Amino acid sequence: MQFDFRTNKDFWAGVMMIVTGLVAIVIARDYPFGTMLRMGPGYFPSILGGILILFGIYLVASGLRSNEKMAGGWSLRALVVLPLSLVLFGLLMDYAGFVPALMVLIVGSALASSEFRLLEILLLAAGLTAFAVALFIWGLGMPYPLFIGW
Amino acid sequence: MELFHNLIFGFGVAFSLQNLMYCMIGVSVGTLIGVLPGIGPLATIAMLLPITFNVAPVGALIMLAGIYYGAQYGGSTTAILVNLPGETSAVVTCIDGYQMARQGRAGPALAIAAIGSFVAGTFGTLLIALAGPPLAELALKFGAPDYFSLLLMGLVAAAVLAEGDMIKSLAMVAMGLLLGIVGTDVNTGVQRFSFGVTELSDGIGFIVVAVGVFAIGEIVSNLGDPEKRTVFTDKVRNLYPSKADLKASIGPITRGTLLGSFFGVLPGTGPSIASFSSYMMEKKIAKDPSRFGHGAIEGVAGPESANNADAQCKFIPMLTLGLPASATMALMLGALTIQGIQPGPDVMTTRPELFWGLVASMWIGNALLVVLNLPMIGLWVKLLKVPYRLLFPAIMAFSAIGIYSVNNSSFEIYLTAIFGVVGFLWIKLGCSPAPMMLGFVLGPMMEEHLRRAMLMSKGDPTVFVTSPISLGFLIATAAIIVLMVAPAIRRRRADITG
Repeated sequence: MQFDFRTNKDFWAGVMMIVTGLVAIVIARDYPFGTMLRMGPGYFPSILGGILILFGIYLVASGLRSNEKMAGGWSLRALVVLPLSLVLFGLLMDYAGFVPALMVLIVGSALASSEFRLLEILLLAAGLTAFAVALFIWGLGMPYPLFIGW
Repeated sequence: MELFHNLIFGFGVAFSLQNLMYCMIGVSVGTLIGVLPGIGPLATIAMLLPITFNVAPVGALIMLAGIYYGAQYGGSTTAILVNLPGETSAVVTCIDGYQMARQGRAGPALAIAAIGSFVAGTFGTLLIALAGPPLAELALKFGAPDYFSLLLMGLVAAAVLAEGDMIKSLAMVAMGLLLGIVGTDVNTGVQRFSFGVTELSDGIGFIVVAVGVFAIGEIVSNLGDPEKRTVFTDKVRNLYPSKADLKASIGPITRGTLLGSFFGVLPGTGPSIASFSSYMMEKKIAKDPSRFGHGAIEGVAGPESANNADAQCKFIPMLTLGLPASATMALMLGALTIQGIQPGPDVMTTRPELFWGLVASMWIGNALLVVLNLPMIGLWVKLLKVPYRLLFPAIMAFSAIGIYSVNNSSFEIYLTAIFGVVGFLWIKLGCSPAPMMLGFVLGPMMEEHLRRAMLMSKGDPTVFVTSPISLGFLIATAAIIVLMVAPAIRRRRADITG
């Protein structure tokens, strides 16, 4: 049987746990560890880090044994586009206002789907934004400017 | 009688115009997201939480609770008409419910699901009212070691009974506990894992984690494997179940309700385990098990009662002990904390309007749901035709507004984006995020009780076994692990998940 590390589900889950545990322990070394009686701020995170590493080692081992593959497909497009549109929303909220931020977020995140249709999404964005302005800004009184410097 | 008196007081609170409105909004939104596959109560509650900041605590809790149990009703509609679970708890309802729909009996299936849910909801509400006060009284006797062991039991049970790989779920609990540490240490004021970022000194907001993982991460994952949805567009004709249908359903509804209530009080078990167990039970005791899978009404009545009873009873540990038994309950707990209410056994005495108002509203909500789900079924079916490519940008929009309004800052938005990516990776690697969420919320509480217990016992770890209450929880924890590692049950887990 051939080992394919790239798609081995348990192997990567284990690696993730080990890395997280190690990072936690290394960072927690800067915090006073304390004693069993007076546990310092470093005590609990160090123990948790150790537990994570143990689970991680078990998972890597079981991944090498079972070699179970990750199920389903990946959409790299969605993985990049969705977080990016959120970041854009955050920036635009501070510099352009609620309406442009929300419009960009809706149209932007819609691009993550391969079934994107421009006209339909523009209508959706306009409708949802109008609804959100009515509900959140006028109805619930959230203090965000609709447009900044326009 | 005191219970009677309290319930009347509760109905007084719940029947105020405002609270009735919140209940109505809650159950409508709940039904909506229940019907729609791809968005669950957890993500919805996280998204809408910030909006409830301006609402009085009772109203906020009534609305959020309505979303939660309303989703159980809505989920069955999709299961029966589309053969697709609107919620995970409706997976088994698909089996016989959809077969009934194909035989032109969608109406009776929907009606029995609603009636069963209503009976279960009523029973669950009553159980909360009956069991709540004595449990809260008991919980007042708990010391720090007892709380630590109780939390440990809850977390282990959540991981062990959750769907998917047990070791991964346990590791995810530890991951959640670790994430919960970020921020200022309450005892010493030391900044932990905040990397000098001032926004992190209060810790990572649980709304950020919940929306990031359960809304954004889920969408990324869904876009990776597009699901083919074939909507069953046939008109739902005769809604009324026949006398024979009703007669056949009495037993399953009763058994499902009891089974669901039992699983509901257990921490960590989701409504899907309750509904699955009920289905297996009905199949086992049926005179003719071969009818199951071909439109047996018992296969709808039992599981649908069980999952709603489970959903209602999940409130018992939350309201009486301040201990969330599921990730969704952890969010409700967070909602209370944000409102300035410290959840725990004294809530019932210090804020009786909260407890009794919620209990009464749940019963009203269940009655509203029957009305919403039966005569208006056509409306919900139409919603099913909304394609996912329009749905997910809307979810993104509501998520972003919700997150931004927590602190009126973009920082939380960026953090959510990160958790979206991380959450997707977790889903892809088969690491169930629900136990993580529970660990995340309970982490600070657990560390606090551990440190306090050690201080009080002068560093003697045997305090956890010398306190009888704590010892009881530890034995229960061990029993849960032993039971789950037993091969027979492992096989059943494979059936549930596989």
